[in-house]
Amino acid sequence: MAKTRDPEDVSDANRLKLVLAWSFVGIPLFWGVYKTLANAMLLFQ
Amino acid sequence: MIEGGARSVSGGGSWLDREHTVAKPGFSRWLVPPAALCVHLCIGQVYAFSVFNLPMTRLIGITESAPDDWKLTELGWIFSIAIVFLGLAAAFTGTWLDRVGPRKAMFAAALCFGGGFFISALGVYLHQLWLVYVGYGVLGGCGLGIGYISPVKTLITWFPDRPGMATGMAIMGFGGGALIASPLSVWLMQQFATPTHVGVVETFITLGIVYMFFMMVGAAIVRVPAADWAPKGYVAPTQSQKLITTANVHVDEALKTRQFYLLWGVLCLNVTAGIGVLGQASAMSQEMFPGHITAIAASGFVGLLSIFNMFGRFFWASTSDYIGRRNTYMIFFVLGMVLYAAVPWTGKSGSVALFVLFYCIIISMYGGGFATIPAYLKDVFGTRYVGAIHGRLLTAWSAAGVLGPVLVNYIREYQISQGVAKADAYSVTMYIMAGLLFIGFLLNYLMTPVHERHHMTLEEAKA
Repeated sequence: MAKTRDPEDVSDANRLKLVLAWSFVGIPLFWGVYKTLANAMLLFQ
Repeated sequence: MIEGGARSVSGGGSWLDREHTVAKPGFSRWLVPPAALCVHLCIGQVYAFSVFNLPMTRLIGITESAPDDWKLTELGWIFSIAIVFLGLAAAFTGTWLDRVGPRKAMFAAALCFGGGFFISALGVYLHQLWLVYVGYGVLGGCGLGIGYISPVKTLITWFPDRPGMATGMAIMGFGGGALIASPLSVWLMQQFATPTHVGVVETFITLGIVYMFFMMVGAAIVRVPAADWAPKGYVAPTQSQKLITTANVHVDEALKTRQFYLLWGVLCLNVTAGIGVLGQASAMSQEMFPGHITAIAASGFVGLLSIFNMFGRFFWASTSDYIGRRNTYMIFFVLGMVLYAAVPWTGKSGSVALFVLFYCIIISMYGGGFATIPAYLKDVFGTRYVGAIHGRLLTAWSAAGVLGPVLVNYIREYQISQGVAKADAYSVTMYIMAGLLFIGFLLNYLMTPVHERHHMTLEEAKA
């Protein structure tokens, strides 16, 4: 198969979009994991 | 720069069409997993729907249920209908999704899932339960099904070198969605509640708007690779290796193969074992360790299982890229058998720590089963129709959703009616689950490559 592009070489603009996109999903997910872990600590009290 | 080829509609057609989602040079494929997560983190809310059950039994009585309030048994149907329509939508829209591409599918999923909340809000406002069934159950369930399978093929196409990791990331989001939705829903209801009002209507509307927006962002970000694209340094295999084919099998043809039904059984049995105990985890932990695990601690235990369910999806699916899908499922079945058989022993020995550890591993493999199956399908049937085939295979989930809880509940009730102590009532269930996993092990062991007569010809594949 022919390879036509190098998707791993990202520009600064691309990096910013990657950070924004991953933050957009990562922050809520982190918050959910944190809240659940805090609740899970009750198991060990 | 990330090119927004899809932003332009001047070339004719809709912004949603597949041709407008083809990535331009320079697009980073690492933007696709967050696009998929935008959808899966939202639809994963379904696992947290039970937080609305109790408040919805007090819509009229407010502080306690009034005679005209809805019953818990009636409300339980909302989740069941949603899961049934998840399976149906995934099975029947897979081919359409393959044709129209991920953006239109994600867009449709957002409209269905968000719209389901709006109709449900109206149902709660008018106190018409059938509207909630139709809203969250039917329309929302269709959103669940379409949303679940929408990014699968796209991710596999972008990550041919690591398909397990890619789909594992998205399906991890489905596990993680409940972790967000549960505290968020409780917090929203607290904000909207008044002495005369439980706040469910406003919470549904808010969630509908938030989820629709979140999923639309995913639809805007997602791209499909150009036909001649391949990742840097990746050389596509030219010959099939063991279970990994270079050919493609049409979705209708896949249903005529032994391998489809073997994988259906593999998924169904893995999910049956996990889902059966997941629903009973809280009660089981308290009854196996009376006096040691309180109701509050049990809720913490369930939370811990949710986290292992989520991370297991990513961990096991990623691991499968290195050790192979079949071997990954072999681990699920063999290790699962050992752990299920050992759970009663942890109860008898009074070891809470081992009980929790064993359960966390079991549930990680339950999640891992979901996340590894798309890559397994890709290996066996090729990439071309993997989304549609995955959709049809998800009927195994619907079957397991009924089989698992019924097995656990029925066996437990029977044991107790025969005079078995509550603490010991789960032992037989665990041994039966281990037996189911043994059958799953055999089915997985029987997996062979699909015969060439089922493969698409080169002309068919290019069409």
